[in-house]
Amino acid sequence: MSFAAFSFYLFSAVVIASAVMVISSRNPIYSVMFLIAAFIGAAGLFILMGAEYLAMLLIVVYVGAVAVLFLFVVMMLDVDFVELSQGFGQYAPIGGAIAVVIIVELVFVVAAWTFPAEAELARAHPIPTAGQVVADPNGPNNIESLGLILYTEYVHYFQIAGLILLVAMIGAIVLTFRTRDGIRKQDPADQVARRREAAVELKKVKTGQGI
Amino acid sequence: MNELWTYVSSRPTDAGWLGWLIPTTLQALAVLLTLLVAQAFLMYFDRKVWAAVQMRKGPNVVGPFGLLQSFADLFKFVFKEMIIPAGANKPLFIIAPILTFVLALVGWAVIPVGPGMVGADINVGILYLFAISSLGVYGIIIGGWASNSKYPFLGSLRSAAQMVSYEVSIGFVIITVLLLVGSLNLTDIVESQSRGSGMLNWHFIPLFPMFVVFFISALAETNRPPFDLPEAESELVAGYQVEYSSTLFLMFMIGELANIVLMCAMLTLLFFGGWHAPISGTPLDNLPVFWFGLKIVFFFFMFAMVKAIVPRYRYDQLMRIGWKIFLPLSLVWVVLVSGTLLAFPDIADHFHSWRS
Repeated sequence: MSFAAFSFYLFSAVVIASAVMVISSRNPIYSVMFLIAAFIGAAGLFILMGAEYLAMLLIVVYVGAVAVLFLFVVMMLDVDFVELSQGFGQYAPIGGAIAVVIIVELVFVVAAWTFPAEAELARAHPIPTAGQVVADPNGPNNIESLGLILYTEYVHYFQIAGLILLVAMIGAIVLTFRTRDGIRKQDPADQVARRREAAVELKKVKTGQGI
Repeated sequence: MNELWTYVSSRPTDAGWLGWLIPTTLQALAVLLTLLVAQAFLMYFDRKVWAAVQMRKGPNVVGPFGLLQSFADLFKFVFKEMIIPAGANKPLFIIAPILTFVLALVGWAVIPVGPGMVGADINVGILYLFAISSLGVYGIIIGGWASNSKYPFLGSLRSAAQMVSYEVSIGFVIITVLLLVGSLNLTDIVESQSRGSGMLNWHFIPLFPMFVVFFISALAETNRPPFDLPEAESELVAGYQVEYSSTLFLMFMIGELANIVLMCAMLTLLFFGGWHAPISGTPLDNLPVFWFGLKIVFFFFMFAMVKAIVPRYRYDQLMRIGWKIFLPLSLVWVVLVSGTLLAFPDIADHFHSWRS
């Protein structure tokens, strides 16, 4: 077994095992931890396929930002899982039915799967691993080839995705934003612009009289 | 030194696993040992600078001039009893400092300390560093939560919000540098800063505002004063480290320090020409590792001086700087730099001339 194959099995095992643990562990914090482990395993698989840019992006975006917020929320919420799982038996038939439907759909999809000619061609010429990509300095690297496709052929999809995200962001702000009256707010510019003359007043106090 | 490194890093492809594993391990050990020993003296340097600003003597008892103080501290921590609170989540409580320690050290895998002297010369080096520094927050959150105590938890929440906020501006600053360089490889980033006129080619001149933003964001990202709110001792005792003792506390300490040194190395690589001498074309060019180390020590000195001089920020001020000032400023600079490179092809050619 080559080192690449060993790494592939290692990362795959990590991804599958931690994905199972995400849904089976009782403590929600552990679930998030295993989710992070699954993300990191998936990033490892990306690197094995020579897609090092996607791997790093997965870690930066999902592990570095999304999972942190998950963890944040899960730690702050006081979730009582004994209480949550009480009505479990009641919903089991519906859940089971949905699971069966999804499995059947997946079977149909996989059974009707045909590999396009390009994929067969690509399989005959395996994807260069990360090591080989580094070894070939003249070829377009990962980011360049992604950028070449993303900003030419798929530029409209790219723009639409960006706009959707923008709308979602503005929507989240609009939904949660509220102005409250009677709150004293700070104006840092005002505070910085304040001078001694405007703030301090010197009075000559006569002895024994006060102001 | 170069020959030694080349010998260590040569990986015969026909020797199988071991032929890959042994050189890589030796290389990693060489980097880590140097780093950890250097850190012991950087810690001493930090304390001496701090003491000098406050007109104290600083550590001066252990060894000549107190040089061995850090090692004395190391042994003190290691030989103390490790206390794990009864209510703590034991596995996570132990994992948290290990995570901080390991994540602070793995970043060095891609740092080029000299021409060709890099553990892994990967295409996405700077992105890897960014990813590693964004993972650093986990050690703190997990440590704070696993302690099962109020103050550590509050400290870790503060820290998580702070680090996630400042990562945004760090990301944009990195993008401005990448626009000038046109590559994510750290060796390329360093090489692009040598066009024959020494330090005038370093990126801190065309990108000076971004250099300042990156420096201040690095302070916030590593929880250094004046942004050390996660461990503000006046409010939170010591933040997420309250319940830690002995070796676990030591690991948090070393991890934090290693993160600071890593940030100094990033500043050096992105803005200060990496291993290049400030004046090019002289025999000084033959000391790449020396220059790299000197620049790191210089930035570490800046970090130490900021710690000694600037009072701590309030939490809302910290968030205001991050979101209302640094984020728009760095965003405008991304647009400005890319617009300039598009509008004036001569300037773009000048900055991208390292490719030919």
